[in-house]
Amino acid sequence: MPEPAPAIHLRIDRLAWEEGILFEDLDLSFPAGRWSCLLGPSGCGKTTLLRLVAGLLEGGEARASDGRPLDGRIAYMAQSDLLLPWLTVRENLVLGPRLRGAGRALMRDARERAAELLAQVGLAAYAEALPQTLSGGMRQRAALARTLVEDRPVVLMDEPFSALDTVSRHRLQELAARLLADRTVLLVTHNPLEALRLGHQLFVLGGRPTRVQGPLVPEGAPPRPAGDPAVLRLQGALLDQLVASAALTEAA
Amino acid sequence: MRLVRALVTAAGLLALWQLLVWATEAPPYILPAPGRVAAAFVARIDLLLANAWVTALEIVLGIVIGTLLGIASALLLASFAPLRRWLLPVLVMTQALPVFALAPILVLWLGYGLASKVAMAVLIIFFPVTAAFLDGLARTSPGWLELARTMNASPGAMLWHIRVPAALPALASGIRVAAAVAPIGAVVGEWVGSSAGLGYLMLQANGRMQVDLMFAALLMLCAMALLLYFALDHGLRRMTRWQV
Repeated sequence: MPEPAPAIHLRIDRLAWEEGILFEDLDLSFPAGRWSCLLGPSGCGKTTLLRLVAGLLEGGEARASDGRPLDGRIAYMAQSDLLLPWLTVRENLVLGPRLRGAGRALMRDARERAAELLAQVGLAAYAEALPQTLSGGMRQRAALARTLVEDRPVVLMDEPFSALDTVSRHRLQELAARLLADRTVLLVTHNPLEALRLGHQLFVLGGRPTRVQGPLVPEGAPPRPAGDPAVLRLQGALLDQLVASAALTEAA
Repeated sequence: MRLVRALVTAAGLLALWQLLVWATEAPPYILPAPGRVAAAFVARIDLLLANAWVTALEIVLGIVIGTLLGIASALLLASFAPLRRWLLPVLVMTQALPVFALAPILVLWLGYGLASKVAMAVLIIFFPVTAAFLDGLARTSPGWLELARTMNASPGAMLWHIRVPAALPALASGIRVAAAVAPIGAVVGEWVGSSAGLGYLMLQANGRMQVDLMFAALLMLCAMALLLYFALDHGLRRMTRWQV
């Protein structure tokens, strides 16, 4: 990694859509070099939080703990894979350096890294394939690899593993946890088990305006084994909490 | 299979033509039978080819120049919002002017030669290409642009690596329209004033009551336009092979 990952502090005074107030008077801190997971019912603003941090949305202030701007230090993986259909998988992976007008040496490094990551996500045989020929899960793996090629200290991921089958999901969770171990990661997920396996700390969102509960800090270092008794016990409690916050959101 | 379908369609149209001749008992100077036209086609092939070459050159030059101008103006309009606000309404307004009405003026200004016909074709092609490409550039999926933003792409890189390729299918539609209308521009230009070309040949043949030659020229024009369209279509499909 080029530099140590900063912690991120997000401050929202007030963020309103036509349907009403989404966030009001909210302060959130995501510690440096740790995975923070965001859970909650659909429409509670998880993606909005990520987009605010990514600088894609106005209405909040995201600051890095080292005082430097976040711009240029973030890799963002959206809910849809956003692979460019006219580029091969390999070319899609090095889109970032290409868009930044990287010189020959940087492009060579990026290509090498892309080739390694393609092998690690199990897509080495599909390097020259066009995205449309891949399955949904394969596309998501390619998008994850593209995010990892970016090699940024802050990584924002919006349901990166949702389209994957159980085994691939498990493998990619391990891979991402390993490769992004020292990064500041924000992971939006619908899956309590995934959050408990990967997160250093978990936030549960719900209600209207959306309130944030947590952080819940599971014991042990991620990635935790899925069969870990503590993980399983917390999973039950977390599920109850999610059901309660969904009811709160629906009632509003 | 496509070839078989095309041949069957062509044979069907020829049969219909022949039936029409028999049914109406039209004299050959009004509607010549396919056989007469074919005979004229073979007998005057040198004349037809010489004039077809002129018209083909006008059409191809018109398409190339019109498309290049259309691409350039769409890129300019897409890149500079103030320019778009001022020039796009003007561009749309010019479309209210029938291009055919300009043909005599173009001949007056540019002479009886190639230039006035090419200009005519360019004028017809320019707008559909500009409009289609501009539309494609404006409709780039916002997700891709956001991804590019998080990757710190410059506006130029975003245009070149994301918006232009994303707009290629739209541009291809514009060029297909261009290929279909370019022959109209060239032939109308030839009708207004020229000394060569299939449009010129048709006028001459008409004046001399050589209706079979007129039909042969029309057939030649038709074949040329189809060939051009399908060749272009083939190339454009390859260019946008990623499109489902």
